[in-house]
Amino acid sequence: MRERLVTDVAIIGAGIVGASAALALRRMGLTVSVLERDFCGSSASGVNYGGVRRQGRSLAQLPLAQRAHGIWGRLRDVIGIDGEYLRSGHLKVARSDPDLASLEAYRERTRDFGLGLEIISGQALRLRWPWLGSRAVGGSWCPDDGHANPRLVAPAFAHTAQRLGANIREQTRVDEVAHDGQCFVLRSGNEIEVHAPFLLNCAGAWAGAIAARFGENVPMVSAHPVMAVTEPLPLFMSLSLGVEGGGIYGRQISRGNCLIGGGRGYALDDERAWPGRSAILSVMEQAVELLPALRRAHVIRTWSGTEGYLPDHEPVLGFSATTPGLIHGFGFSGAGFQIGPAVGEVLAELVRDGRSSTPAEAFSIARFTDPRRPHEDVATHPLKGIEGAPP
Amino acid sequence: MNPALAPVIVGAGPAGIRAAQTLARHGVRPVVIDEAASWGGQIYRQPPANFQRSGASLYGFEASRATAVHRAMTGVLERVDYRPRTLVWSAEAGELDVLHRGRTSTVPYSHLVVATGATDRVLPFPGWTIPGVFTIGGAQVALKYQGCAIGTRVVFLGTGPLLYAVAYQYAKAGAEVMAVLDTTGLGPKLAAAPALLRRPAVLAKGIYYLAWLRVHGIALHEGVRPVRVLGTQRVAGVVWNDGHHERELACDAIGFGYALRSETQLADILGCGFTFDPLQRAYRPGHNVAGRSSVPGVYLAGDGAGILGADAAEWAGERAALALLEDAGVPVDGARAATLERRLARIAAFGAGLERAFPFPAGWAAGAADDLIICRCEEITAGDLRGAVKDAGAHELNRLKALTRVGMGRCQGRVCGLAAAEILAHASGREPRAVGRLRSQAPIKPIPFTVVETGPEKPA
Repeated sequence: MRERLVTDVAIIGAGIVGASAALALRRMGLTVSVLERDFCGSSASGVNYGGVRRQGRSLAQLPLAQRAHGIWGRLRDVIGIDGEYLRSGHLKVARSDPDLASLEAYRERTRDFGLGLEIISGQALRLRWPWLGSRAVGGSWCPDDGHANPRLVAPAFAHTAQRLGANIREQTRVDEVAHDGQCFVLRSGNEIEVHAPFLLNCAGAWAGAIAARFGENVPMVSAHPVMAVTEPLPLFMSLSLGVEGGGIYGRQISRGNCLIGGGRGYALDDERAWPGRSAILSVMEQAVELLPALRRAHVIRTWSGTEGYLPDHEPVLGFSATTPGLIHGFGFSGAGFQIGPAVGEVLAELVRDGRSSTPAEAFSIARFTDPRRPHEDVATHPLKGIEGAPP
Repeated sequence: MNPALAPVIVGAGPAGIRAAQTLARHGVRPVVIDEAASWGGQIYRQPPANFQRSGASLYGFEASRATAVHRAMTGVLERVDYRPRTLVWSAEAGELDVLHRGRTSTVPYSHLVVATGATDRVLPFPGWTIPGVFTIGGAQVALKYQGCAIGTRVVFLGTGPLLYAVAYQYAKAGAEVMAVLDTTGLGPKLAAAPALLRRPAVLAKGIYYLAWLRVHGIALHEGVRPVRVLGTQRVAGVVWNDGHHERELACDAIGFGYALRSETQLADILGCGFTFDPLQRAYRPGHNVAGRSSVPGVYLAGDGAGILGADAAEWAGERAALALLEDAGVPVDGARAATLERRLARIAAFGAGLERAFPFPAGWAAGAADDLIICRCEEITAGDLRGAVKDAGAHELNRLKALTRVGMGRCQGRVCGLAAAEILAHASGREPRAVGRLRSQAPIKPIPFTVVETGPEKPA
């Protein structure tokens, strides 16, 4: 017989966004059911590079990133583990003078956000980070950015939410989702049916299909970053490293393994991705150039994952333009891990208050689907009359 | 020869060699890729060219088989494209990624025979990471390939047909074998006797090893449970439980293992479907008796496709090659194929008997203390694994890996994967089948960053 769950909020996807939304909603006293097709944080949230970085984000994202920065600083209090989070600093390397100029311009544009960026070049760069390859001519240093272990952090948000009473169902695929005029109805096979006045679409790279069922077609495409890890090496770098203009990124964890990412793999099917030989070899070649210490190291494992990208590389975050009670949070375009915990809080605020205390208007789905602004009328707020709802 | 027919054989052990010979006999020239410097596989591994030990001393009873297999390869060397010292580290889109002399390249194939062999099945016990503890197979390789013993006073511990065979080879080679500690009691061996009698010659060999060891005064203990290795920097002895008491013996090296496990990563990366083998308590790539996998054009043969030993590997290699030829439209001798299939069916029953005679040690997971290291690469203990089951609800092996790092080190789970599955199954109250298997990821073995030309190293 089909199990019937009636909750204030239904969430599709227990990645870092859906799980942190579930956690924030539980802290507000709302009831939550989360349906996760695989395991909590097993897709992009759990297999990404693990960069916890504000530097390089668009100005529109920086308020969210700053809010997330505060959550990361309290991570152990929030999810009960340190998640191997290190405020190691993030160095974005320039390989040419124009790239360095563009890092300087970014520093100027973001001065009001308190990132504390410092431009370092020439001899100072060599003295400070002597292990950098000779192609680096300078870099932009963000001392309070860092890195963490996504395999641990993403599931821990889910488990914490679960401990606080969120009903999280793993290996539960959403086969049907619709609004019956009263509330959202989600079905997974013949096992589970969820009824909720609010639906959070946090399905990552698969969220476009959910949005489409409500008449909102977004131009999202899947991409598959390539990651490679070495055996443990003597510790030589604690910071997280990126390159202006893209290319590769790298960090060394406290066990000594170096994690290098970059390039693009491909999809094996709708759910699985493979890094691919050309991308692996290209990442390895570029990594040695940037980090000559890797010349004597081995790659012991490679992997990929599936991330949803939008054309402007900004997420969709906010109310549906077609369906009251539907709120989207997806399309982080390869950069969702750091801001994920703040996005979860914003989604919870949108449910409870109908608006967010952190500006997120720039991320409305309406920019793709409809010239009109999304539906935000508190008078028709679907939570009206429900326990814990705003008066 | 059909120019579109470009078969590749991975592995030059008994299965790969017979497959190569069969293809060559039909006028087809395969590429044969092998990690070792010379053909023979693990069981018939050849010493370096300047070593002078006789076949009889290297291979014992298997000397004539070894010679036959070696000759089979010698006989077709001109007609195959043989590539030794070459690691297949991945595969993609009809091409293998190979590493040879520090450089990577690709080898296209129209058909592929995967004959990747086996390694020891390892079940950790306290002290197993102390220097001087080897796997039984590793101990045998040291002797066969390098003429080295793992120590001067050696104890062999565990189960499986290799246990007595290697002890015998060590004693014959002049090492002092202090004891053979068999975790299996006499009961299972007797119960398995009817199945083992299907191959009386093999059974006789086993009995001969036992009798020889006994006559030469080597202590044999059955039904033991390993307790711990003594020593810190180096093996100083071993403690076991004989069912009643703890007993102790001084030694300077230990060879241990619990029979063999298939090397399955390449088959996995190729997308072959896997099936759970309840006797071996492990997943292996599925195939029919002719060696056809679930992927068209990919054939599986030898111990990499399920542990049946070297004789079966020869037949399976030949049968897989015939299947490949049949599928490519080359006429083959159907009667020969049928004969091979009959032999393989018979030996499968024998293999099942072997698994019953040397069963997986029941209760191993229950008896593993929380501080026992399961994954030596990443230093993950049984307690770490149980913690992930208890605190995070892990009940699937890849999930356990993500949460604990088990199987994430240099071996990529090839050593620790089965033990981790056992701990997970026990701690989560599931059958080993239900906890799944580790997904294989490239590279199959570690590859150096310098596989691509990077130019001369510049001072930092």
